[in-house]
Amino acid sequence: MILENITALDIPSFQHPTYWKTFFRALKALGPAEIPGRNLDLQRFLRENGVTYNIYGDPDGINRPWSLDMIPFLISAAEWTHISRGLEQRAILFNLLLKDIYGEQQLLRDGILPMEVVYNHPGFLRQCVGVDLPFQNHLVLYSADMARTSDGKIWVMNDRTQAPSGSGYALENRLAMARIVPELFQGMKVARLSPYFHSLRRALMGLCTEKSKDPRIVILTPGPSNETYFEHAYLASYLGYTLVQGNDLMVKDRQVWLKTIGGLEKVDVILRRIDDVYADPLELREDSQLGIPGLLQAVRSGNVSIANPMGSSVVENPGLMPFLPAIADRLLGGSLLLPNIASWWCGQKNELNYVLDNLDRLIIKRIARSSFQGSSVDGSALSNEALAALKARIKAQPTLYVGQEKALFAGTPALVGGEVVSRDALFRSFAVSNGDGYAIMTGGLTRTANSEGHYIISNQAGGVSKDTWVIGIDQGSLTSFKKDIEAIEEPVQYRAEILPSNTAENLFWVGRYAERLLSNARFQRTVMQFVEEANKAFNENEEALRQSLLQALTMYTFTYPGFVEPETADCWSNPWPELYDILFNVNRAGSLAANFNLFHRAVHTARDHWSTDTWRVLRDMEENWQQAINQPQRNPHRVAYTLDNLITSLVAFVGLNRDSISREQGWGILNMGQKMEQCLLLISMLRATLVRKQDEQVEYILQEAVLKANECLVNYRYKYRSHIKLPLVLDLMLHDQNNPRSLLYLIEKLKAGTKDLPKINQAGALPDHERVLQEAEKLLRQADKEKLAAVASSKNCYKNLETFLGNMNGLLLSLPNIISKAYFQHAQGANQLFPAHQPLRK
Amino acid sequence: MYEIIHTTTYQYNQDVALCHNIARLLPRNTDTQTLQKSTLHIVPLPEVMNAYEDFYGNNCLYFAVQEEHSSLHVTVQTMVEKKADAFRSADQYQLYGWEQVLAEVQDVSGRYFDARQFTGATPMTEFNAEIADYARISFWPERSFFDATLDLIQRIYQDFEYRPGFTTIATPLHELMEMKKGVCQDFAHLAIAAIRSLGLPARYVSGYLETIAPPGKEKLTGTDASHAWISIFLPNIGWVDFDPTNNMRTGDQHITIGWGRDYADVPPLKGVILGAGPHQLAVSVDVRRL
Repeated sequence: MILENITALDIPSFQHPTYWKTFFRALKALGPAEIPGRNLDLQRFLRENGVTYNIYGDPDGINRPWSLDMIPFLISAAEWTHISRGLEQRAILFNLLLKDIYGEQQLLRDGILPMEVVYNHPGFLRQCVGVDLPFQNHLVLYSADMARTSDGKIWVMNDRTQAPSGSGYALENRLAMARIVPELFQGMKVARLSPYFHSLRRALMGLCTEKSKDPRIVILTPGPSNETYFEHAYLASYLGYTLVQGNDLMVKDRQVWLKTIGGLEKVDVILRRIDDVYADPLELREDSQLGIPGLLQAVRSGNVSIANPMGSSVVENPGLMPFLPAIADRLLGGSLLLPNIASWWCGQKNELNYVLDNLDRLIIKRIARSSFQGSSVDGSALSNEALAALKARIKAQPTLYVGQEKALFAGTPALVGGEVVSRDALFRSFAVSNGDGYAIMTGGLTRTANSEGHYIISNQAGGVSKDTWVIGIDQGSLTSFKKDIEAIEEPVQYRAEILPSNTAENLFWVGRYAERLLSNARFQRTVMQFVEEANKAFNENEEALRQSLLQALTMYTFTYPGFVEPETADCWSNPWPELYDILFNVNRAGSLAANFNLFHRAVHTARDHWSTDTWRVLRDMEENWQQAINQPQRNPHRVAYTLDNLITSLVAFVGLNRDSISREQGWGILNMGQKMEQCLLLISMLRATLVRKQDEQVEYILQEAVLKANECLVNYRYKYRSHIKLPLVLDLMLHDQNNPRSLLYLIEKLKAGTKDLPKINQAGALPDHERVLQEAEKLLRQADKEKLAAVASSKNCYKNLETFLGNMNGLLLSLPNIISKAYFQHAQGANQLFPAHQPLRK
Repeated sequence: MYEIIHTTTYQYNQDVALCHNIARLLPRNTDTQTLQKSTLHIVPLPEVMNAYEDFYGNNCLYFAVQEEHSSLHVTVQTMVEKKADAFRSADQYQLYGWEQVLAEVQDVSGRYFDARQFTGATPMTEFNAEIADYARISFWPERSFFDATLDLIQRIYQDFEYRPGFTTIATPLHELMEMKKGVCQDFAHLAIAAIRSLGLPARYVSGYLETIAPPGKEKLTGTDASHAWISIFLPNIGWVDFDPTNNMRTGDQHITIGWGRDYADVPPLKGVILGAGPHQLAVSVDVRRL
């Protein structure tokens, strides 16, 4: 239905037609021309804020942009009262259920809940039974997916207790809507989301077992390839907590510690976003690379609190659904306010038969969800063979399966391709413990199917999100609301930024790779220009020059054999295939493309350090580079243009970081990586180009190439006002304190930078890296440009220069290792010991 | 009375800054054995130690060495008093047909709640149609659970070859069914999977077995090892142990450390080290009758 006819849209009474009327009036007021534009703005806003959702098993799935429908999902105040009460009741119920399962197990012993629903669920962690948690609500976070059926009822489709996700996306959706289409909010009295986050912060503070003044709370993420990594990083910065991966933490003295470049810092509370079975390779899944060995020992001794607690995923279990009414009756003495969709657990004979007989009309779920495989199957969408296979799987392990009724969703208006159509929707809302009960987010995250008649809605299957508006709740005036927030907000304490060792290491490598890309791109661009021009201008030494330049490029990029030991002779007459290969061949070590991938990975691992502007630069750079790689036809001009773009983007990236990353350790480490790489690459370039004694004219061109590739040609002309001569080139590139590309300048910067690093305890001795830098500076200052430029007896090389550069290289090459040992040492991984088991037969 | 000396040594190729370990090396008390005395010797001395009982009531010890070390040495010396099991006639064991056990264990009254938890498959005891068929040969209708199990372990003993080094702890049962070669924990896992494929309760037992020197020869030191066998549940009697590797009911020579659903619940010693890569392992076990 096109927008003009919206008023005719037939919205049933339970869908709040008066609100929709107001909303569509506002939408229409934007005008037909404006709506598509705003829609683009909306998607761009999300994209530029880095809002992504990763899809597993999809090559383009990493960092897939999040899409948002301009039309929200509407819930009236009256309907919301019912929903929020129902959600709180459910959260309370799941909390009691969780406590019973890890405590007395009365529900199981009394047969109210079949044992297999719990014991056969992989999330039932026997290691956690009887562990005493020192807070009232064990279940800190709870969320539920709900749907409105065509009779206007609200049903719970899924319960989430492992590590409920989506609250950050909900917030980001709201920010995007408020920023891009503020007109739509007029007259709607949309309830705010922020009180939920204040409750969340308070709940996490409340989990600190030791009432320390300055508790450390961290968000534990599986890392950037996780589907909701964006949200982990987003919540970390929104709530002001440190974002960590398993490797950033360690257990010592049965306490959890954050490994920082300044040493170990105690962790009090972990907001867990990794699945609990992966959280401790000592006692749980041994193959986990995500966890912290010994974590359960720290939990048992009460030294750390985890939200949600370890083992909570056992109640994220559709097998529970059929038994919830009886459990509610037992634990709460009442019935469920929000019913769940009719479900049949296959561990019971009659239910199993019912499910097997009606397979093609039901949704089949496993009782345990796995992120890596779809956990729901729509029976009606399966072929006969697939149905038979499913039947066999269910029969083999009936206790692991549940059949669920297919609800008749009530469609909700959605903007698809410029038209308003009806789509099935699932909405998720969030509960967080507030002491005795639970606080519910007044809103949530709505997702709609990506096409009509597609029953299973999930982000993994593709789908569009909507902002969720709870309308007409009177929250009082803005000032009273603010006062309320201030009253509940904990005093935020200033805390010096601490840099986890892993993050520091990533930043260090971002610096190194950025510089490597930049220098390689510049040198290759220079070489390509010379090769091009030499073709045109007459030059009797053309062949020798070409060979020298190309060989220098191979040496510099370390892409042997390359031009150093060419496989074919025509590589001199046509060097382009090899030149393109060391630019674009991703699978070749040392190629620009391979370095780009390393850079890309490091950048995304340290992604919460980049500002919005930086992200824009990075995204453009990635898109352009990807296009260049995929380009079927190449010519020197187009490639030069690609390199120009890449260089400009990298310069912008480096410059933006200088402006936007805090002056504290984050920037220091990044900058140090960059400067260190610059030093090493400069030495490597000088070795590759200037050490060999050659024809004067060839040498001249090589020296010019060095100046050009280092963007120093203008400097040179300005300073020396003479032809290019080796001693002067060396003076400019080695000793000139005012040239930001000279070795002396770089070493002085590095020396200054190391002063800002945390001090490592070495009993008065100079730290190794400072000692190395001092030696390097001494060596450099002692070197005389005339002597370096003198030709020794061998005649075919500048021996002094070669020796000097070799020594310098040896010295500086040790720096990265020293830094890594001193500051990233804690970043080492965990390994399983062999099982100490040997067999025997009498 | 038995004295058991169980020594494990890990030699690392690089210094290790921190290691976490969990040992299940102290035999628990049962109807047929009592732990009299135990001494534990760990080098380097762990900074952290914590003894507790796990979910199944097995004795656990968590310990962590938190300073740089290049090897880890764990010796446990225990004295275990064995006593005879209550005498039961063959009729008593044979009283329950396996279908009846199945019905009683699965009964919702929850009378046999503790046994029922040992009826489900685990990753190490995953059964397929082939294993279920293999079980059915011994479990014919109305046969007693006891006799059917005796028959099953005898068939495993006959059909499978004992061959150390052929399988690892990660070898799945369907591969074992193909190879027909393995060691004690493979045979225990297979017997358990077969019994559980019928919905019956069986558990994995970790322990020691006393070896007896050939006549006229002196027993060599360190030639014993840890062992594994199975236990089935009979109503009114309780858990009854069988050793599929040696085709026998367990007896005086079997010393129980603990039990669980499969090996993963009761590994004698497991650990995680921070840093370092390869390492060597040496284990020696001595079981001596005093």
